[in-house]
Amino acid sequence: MPAGWSFGEAQYMTTNRPIVEVGNLRKSYGGRAVVDDLSFTVDEGEIFGILGPNGAGKTTTVECVEGLRVPDSGLVRVAGLDPVADHAAVTQVLGAQLQESELQAKLTVREALELYAALYPNPADWRPLAERLGLTDQLTSRFGVLSGGQKQRLFIALALIGNPRVVVLDELTTGLDPRARRDTWEVVEDVRARGVTVLLVTHFMEEAQRLCDRIAVIDKGKITALDTPQGLISRTAGSTVISFTPSAPLDDVDLAGLPALASIEQKDGRITLGGTDETVTAVLSLLARHRITAHQLRVTDATLDDAFLDLTGANS
Amino acid sequence: MSAIAPTVRSTSPRAAVLRAEARLFRREPGTLFWILGFPPLLLVILGSIPSFRKADAGLGGLRIIDLYVPILVLVALIVTGLQTMPPIITGYRERGILRRMSATPVKPSALLTAQMGLNGSAAIVSALVCLAFGRIAFDVQLPKQAAGYALALLLAAAAAFALGALVSALARTAKIATAIGSAVFFPSMFCAGVWLPVQSMPHVLRTIVELTPFGAAARALGQAATGDWPSWSHLGVLAVWAVLLSAAAAKWFRWE
Repeated sequence: MPAGWSFGEAQYMTTNRPIVEVGNLRKSYGGRAVVDDLSFTVDEGEIFGILGPNGAGKTTTVECVEGLRVPDSGLVRVAGLDPVADHAAVTQVLGAQLQESELQAKLTVREALELYAALYPNPADWRPLAERLGLTDQLTSRFGVLSGGQKQRLFIALALIGNPRVVVLDELTTGLDPRARRDTWEVVEDVRARGVTVLLVTHFMEEAQRLCDRIAVIDKGKITALDTPQGLISRTAGSTVISFTPSAPLDDVDLAGLPALASIEQKDGRITLGGTDETVTAVLSLLARHRITAHQLRVTDATLDDAFLDLTGANS
Repeated sequence: MSAIAPTVRSTSPRAAVLRAEARLFRREPGTLFWILGFPPLLLVILGSIPSFRKADAGLGGLRIIDLYVPILVLVALIVTGLQTMPPIITGYRERGILRRMSATPVKPSALLTAQMGLNGSAAIVSALVCLAFGRIAFDVQLPKQAAGYALALLLAAAAAFALGALVSALARTAKIATAIGSAVFFPSMFCAGVWLPVQSMPHVLRTIVELTPFGAAARALGQAATGDWPSWSHLGVLAVWAVLLSAAAAKWFRWE
């Protein structure tokens, strides 16, 4: 087995040592603040998500981290380096997959890998990298004929080819079909398993919930929340939803008196309650006390979707 | 990270960019025809006209075909500078290829210098083919004032590529670059003397054309071909154009 991209053996470990630091970052275009006093740190080894609606300033933020844009004010450090002043040094520790960038249409996958490997002082061997990313059968295909998923996998390979400590993945799965999206998620998890820190920009809740250790929710250039996916969900009013059809009518007063109740809805004899675990327990004992059977009882956790809509509520 | 075996780097980054661009350049047969095939083909067609091969007292004993060799050398420069290069560079910017390279340790200017080098080399090969065809097929003498010819050619190339770079800078998309390139292409061909050699133009027209980059270049090359050192006024016009066009291109060029 060649030393190289044998994913999955090393276990990821966050060191709580920040590798990306962003402090009071501001950037405006034509007088409009696109990034407005943003601060966060990304620890080495984590998958850090930046989640937000279109136009929230996500891409501008990571472009400042990549050194492709000069901030109006504030501090950005990648492994202690300034991405603008020390651009060449930063490109060696940070690999990037850019939103909406392409390669020369007639360049083959193999040529692209060889070319980008030659741009770095200590590149990874592209062969195992291509193999792990499932590009082996496409090595002689030209970029122009690749499918969306193949292009994205190639861009992940190019982001990793310089042996970076951090990769920035911007809207990685936009435009991919659900199958290709899931395959790409596995690749991202593998990348992190090798100890590479991932900064992931997305507007897909499911993607953020599945992949990220922590998520910064950005809206109108500001961070509205920064927490683990579970932490964000549990902040949502009514993070647990209980619904059932009771065998006999329930007293409204009893229902309204349930602990930690966030919402209540009755429709066609079916009751839907938003609350917490505490609410669930209380509902069950209420039903038992009144000897009422709950038909089609469902208890579901709120998703990041609900949390997101809550956090960016001013937008809707 | 450390577990990933680093491989020994075999080529320098800029050499790798040049090699990749050279491969891509060879994959465009249409472009290669226009640069390498079109000017010599035009020379052959013009040389096939019997009257073009007769000495003309009005031209100081030269034949029209003698005048056309330097013109077709210029056509190769015009084709590469205005037709081939601008859509490539604008396309690289439009499709984020320059930006993608900005995220690596190599500056995206490596792509531009590679493209200029490749297009410039192709134009020079085409020029040499025209000189060789002229000599072999139509007995056109090789330039008698070789150093002056080379200097005029170098300045003409600088002006042609600076003009192409300006088109790349001003056009937002590859399509627009092609359109602007074509719009500038025909006046440039006219000034170079493709339809009527500059020496044969009426006086007023000739004075104006000699102030354009390709008009001045055609005159300078023509003089060097017949053995004179090219007039400094023509070389000066070329140099001024090259500097002005380069400055304008540098001022307006955007990497994204």
